[in-house]
Amino acid sequence: MIRIVLPAHLRTLAKLNGDLELEVKEPVTQGSILDALEAAYPMLRGTIRDYGTLERRPFIRFFACGQDLSYDPPDTPLPDAVTEGKEPFRIVGAMAGG
Amino acid sequence: MSKVRVLVGTRKGAFILTSDEKREDWKIDGPHFGGWEIYHATGTPADPDRLYVSQSTGWFGQLIQRSNDGGKTWEAMGNEFAYDGVPGTHKWYDGTQHPWEFKRVWHLEPSRTDPDTLYAGVEDAALFRTSDGAKTWQELPGLRNVKGDLWQPGAGGMCLHNIIISPDDPNRMYVAISAAGAFRTDDAGKTWRPATHGLKSSGELPDAEAEVGHCVHSIAMHPSRPEVLFMQKHWDVMRSDDCGDSWHEVSGNLPSDFGFPIAVHAHEPETIYVVPIKSDSEHYPPDSKLRVYRSRSGGNEWEALTKGLPQSDCYVNVLRNALAVDTLDSCGIYFGTTGGQVYGSTDSGDQWSPIVRDLPAVLSVEVQVLP
Repeated sequence: MIRIVLPAHLRTLAKLNGDLELEVKEPVTQGSILDALEAAYPMLRGTIRDYGTLERRPFIRFFACGQDLSYDPPDTPLPDAVTEGKEPFRIVGAMAGG
Repeated sequence: MSKVRVLVGTRKGAFILTSDEKREDWKIDGPHFGGWEIYHATGTPADPDRLYVSQSTGWFGQLIQRSNDGGKTWEAMGNEFAYDGVPGTHKWYDGTQHPWEFKRVWHLEPSRTDPDTLYAGVEDAALFRTSDGAKTWQELPGLRNVKGDLWQPGAGGMCLHNIIISPDDPNRMYVAISAAGAFRTDDAGKTWRPATHGLKSSGELPDAEAEVGHCVHSIAMHPSRPEVLFMQKHWDVMRSDDCGDSWHEVSGNLPSDFGFPIAVHAHEPETIYVVPIKSDSEHYPPDSKLRVYRSRSGGNEWEALTKGLPQSDCYVNVLRNALAVDTLDSCGIYFGTTGGQVYGSTDSGDQWSPIVRDLPAVLSVEVQVLP
């Protein structure tokens, strides 16, 4: 099971109280996690990545194991700690500044 | 006794204000979707408890919410707004052509007869339609064929923010687009033509009477007089008596003819309302006095409505979708400000009082009268 942490607004949208665990087909990548997430929670479609291009929205970041994985290609395998469920895959809303 | 429900969209959520028909005591419910920008929230004439909300942020994009119980519960609906075919290009700030890119929904306009049918005006400017209660959306692409390559965003974005469905002919609609103009269809959106003859924008356009490029801020119509339209343009208050084929100015004695919203009294088709703003670079009221101006002659002669509104040190704005009228016998007028106040009048604007004072900046106000 893959552990996923969503930003608060998306947890509310998906009607989730806490963090999320999902079965994700291997190889576990950003893309396969988002495919599984959007299949389980269709209301999240379009909120993390673009409908058409599947590109990450500009103010969304992907963190795991203390690293910013946002710029990795979406088919890059994720760290073992994520695939083994030891560390969460964190979907983060970028800082607004100001 | 009837009830009144005011739907308020703000920078940080939606609020639902309810009262009985006396409109003296109000219940404030919200925020719904706290933290999200609510560009528009509206009810549907065919089913008053069916509500739709446009919800967005820069982080997570666009959502459409639907309620079937007057706002007690909500369901996220379809949010895929894909332009028809190859999106094409429009004019960019540097004069080059730039691809159409969806950003947000500015306005939702329900059918008068079917609660599942709804139009959405979006940025980058285009018109979408749903006929399944907002599960799926399809563009009406003919609009962008009207010299769309010449449309150029203004500072506020290239947004379609106003949709009017003619009450006597649902095939006839009007839309307004910032920095592009006003457009009309007579065939339910298949084909469109500019409705800009008579508009003059000498300060904003190299050709003051160009067919497209005028910055139309708002259009209003009285249902009993569908051939008569009123427009608040960037500068100038305008009137058309021929379904938008031609326009003439009716700014008259207004202290400033810049502004955003315009509305028509529910029972008096020649009584109209605007909120003058000082200028296009100073988005606050002239003389720091918040005044609604009313004309009972369809324009040109205007009177200031000030009772109950701040008459000193006021620097708020009233945005294009933030003025609405109810249909009770004594017509109620409502508007919201960028300072977070929602003001109401129960006597056609003679006297005003705040319904709520400290909301986030108000983006839209709609009102329903419920049985």
